[in-house]
Amino acid sequence: MSWLTRVRNSLPFLEKRETPDNLWVKCPGCSEMLFTREYEANLYVCPRCEHHGRIGADTRLGQILDPGYALLPAPEVREDPLKFRDSKRYADRLKQARANNAHPDAFTVAAGTIEGQKAVVGVQDFTFMGGSMGLAVGAAFVAGAERALEDKCGYVVVTAAGGARMQEGILSLMQMPKATVMTRRLKEAGLPYIVVLADPTTGGVTASYAMLGDVHIAEPGALIGFAGQRVIQETIREKLPEGFQRAEYLHEHGMVDMVVPRAEIRSTLAKLLHYMSPAEAA
Amino acid sequence: MISYLEFEKPVAALEARIAELRAASQGEDVDISAELKRLEAKSADLLVNTYKALTPWQKTQVARHPARPHFSDYVEMVFDDFVPLGGDRHFGEDEAILGGFATLRGRKIMLIGHEKGRDTQSRIRHNFGMGKPEGYRKAIRLMDIAGRFGLPVVTLVDTSGAFPGIEAEERGQAEAIARSTEACLALPTPMIATIVGEGGSGGAVALASAERVLMLEHAVYSVISPEGCASILWRTAEKAPQAAEAMKVTAQDLAELGVIDRIVGEPIGGAHRDAAATAQALGDALEEELDALSGKSAKQLRRIREDRFLRIGEHKPRREKRRSGT
Repeated sequence: MSWLTRVRNSLPFLEKRETPDNLWVKCPGCSEMLFTREYEANLYVCPRCEHHGRIGADTRLGQILDPGYALLPAPEVREDPLKFRDSKRYADRLKQARANNAHPDAFTVAAGTIEGQKAVVGVQDFTFMGGSMGLAVGAAFVAGAERALEDKCGYVVVTAAGGARMQEGILSLMQMPKATVMTRRLKEAGLPYIVVLADPTTGGVTASYAMLGDVHIAEPGALIGFAGQRVIQETIREKLPEGFQRAEYLHEHGMVDMVVPRAEIRSTLAKLLHYMSPAEAA
Repeated sequence: MISYLEFEKPVAALEARIAELRAASQGEDVDISAELKRLEAKSADLLVNTYKALTPWQKTQVARHPARPHFSDYVEMVFDDFVPLGGDRHFGEDEAILGGFATLRGRKIMLIGHEKGRDTQSRIRHNFGMGKPEGYRKAIRLMDIAGRFGLPVVTLVDTSGAFPGIEAEERGQAEAIARSTEACLALPTPMIATIVGEGGSGGAVALASAERVLMLEHAVYSVISPEGCASILWRTAEKAPQAAEAMKVTAQDLAELGVIDRIVGEPIGGAHRDAAATAQALGDALEEELDALSGKSAKQLRRIREDRFLRIGEHKPRREKRRSGT
């Protein structure tokens, strides 16, 4: 909302106006002004430079699953276990993130089908506190895996996170082995676990469930890595190579199976689930 | 020669005074023994009181103390017949993470841990204890051997974090850490991890996803270094003391949160003042823990380990009885 609209709307004698100021969006990649409706229709991918924009959980689920999927309830977890406070209280940061988001934390799970193949899909949302992994994300990841085990179907997880949620201290770190317990259980049950790495996936998330998939799909241009670029630069004091830690770089170094444009992710997942169908096992 | 930390300055002053008096009294017949005794008692009291009330940031400094015992010291003092094993069979040998067969009081085990190095040369050789993918892949290889030959795995964690560098990223640092964590969880034999110095983030978890996690009394364990946390959340690394406080990084806090199972006591003034006593306490604790886990089946062990991590953080903090080895 522009300041003018804000002022105008605060004046009681003027009729409130919903300005269509979201008619246009600027592509974060090439700065081209895009017609919002067109951008949406193109799955938030810039038609000019093919920059893959960051998208929320519901948008992502809608792009991957067939219509009629069911959201799993968000698990109850201890909130603000450390009573953490930096320049602001963590409890307030959480409240603010929730006010701007449709879901109570950064990981949302749904059960449904992908082109007819049964699957559970977990989506990490970067717009919720940088997608960071704390107790709620860990519990939701576990709930998704448990549902896949129950339904005897594949588990697809779309990752996007800066890493662990520092405000939950060591408890956020403990989500790494926690999630890994579940990827192991899926493996033992003979169920496929597929990771879609979206921009950005770094830190403790990459160093646990994001790198333990049977198959890794990355979105074009996604930043994927363990250490942050600034930290690396400060450690080695050298310029980072072109395209460092981007999806294509990871593909070149054997860390992801394929780099797939957003429009083809759904069909790619369906194909993979078809080949890794649990019924074919044993 | 002890190197003193900033907050130990009053102790340092007293100890210097004692040394001075001693030197001055050499060959003279003035009796200063009473004065010496008084000063020594005062200095000892001060040390006890200082270490009783260490802040999380002060503990971080103790955990990083240059003279703190490291992996190689414990190999000498706690274990016998160490047979080091090297290489990940894919790329290279990473001396930030060491490991091999060892004997703990007659029991055959697989020992793995971070080594930070002692002097400039060895610190560079060990990359300051910051593991690279090949180090974690070596750990995976050793855990696999341990599992096949029925050896319990004992890890000593002491790292500021996994190495953040181009080549580490290139060779899949994140994947190596994730797989190492997975290897811990898959072990069919008992596993005990001890944070002996710094437990820095994913680089620590990769060797600490065990059914029993111990911590030395003044060790720290955290998701990010206090400096790193401060520079992100407070926008200045100078707020590290506040960040250390807020993140709950001490053994005492983590026992209360149920993240660690046991605190191994350190000598007064920290492990660096008496490495032998620290080693004794660590050996005793490890022996007790291994005794308690012996006889459990692979299935039972995995279940204990899995439940431990699935439950962490889900309950109200529990008060862990503090046990001390000294």
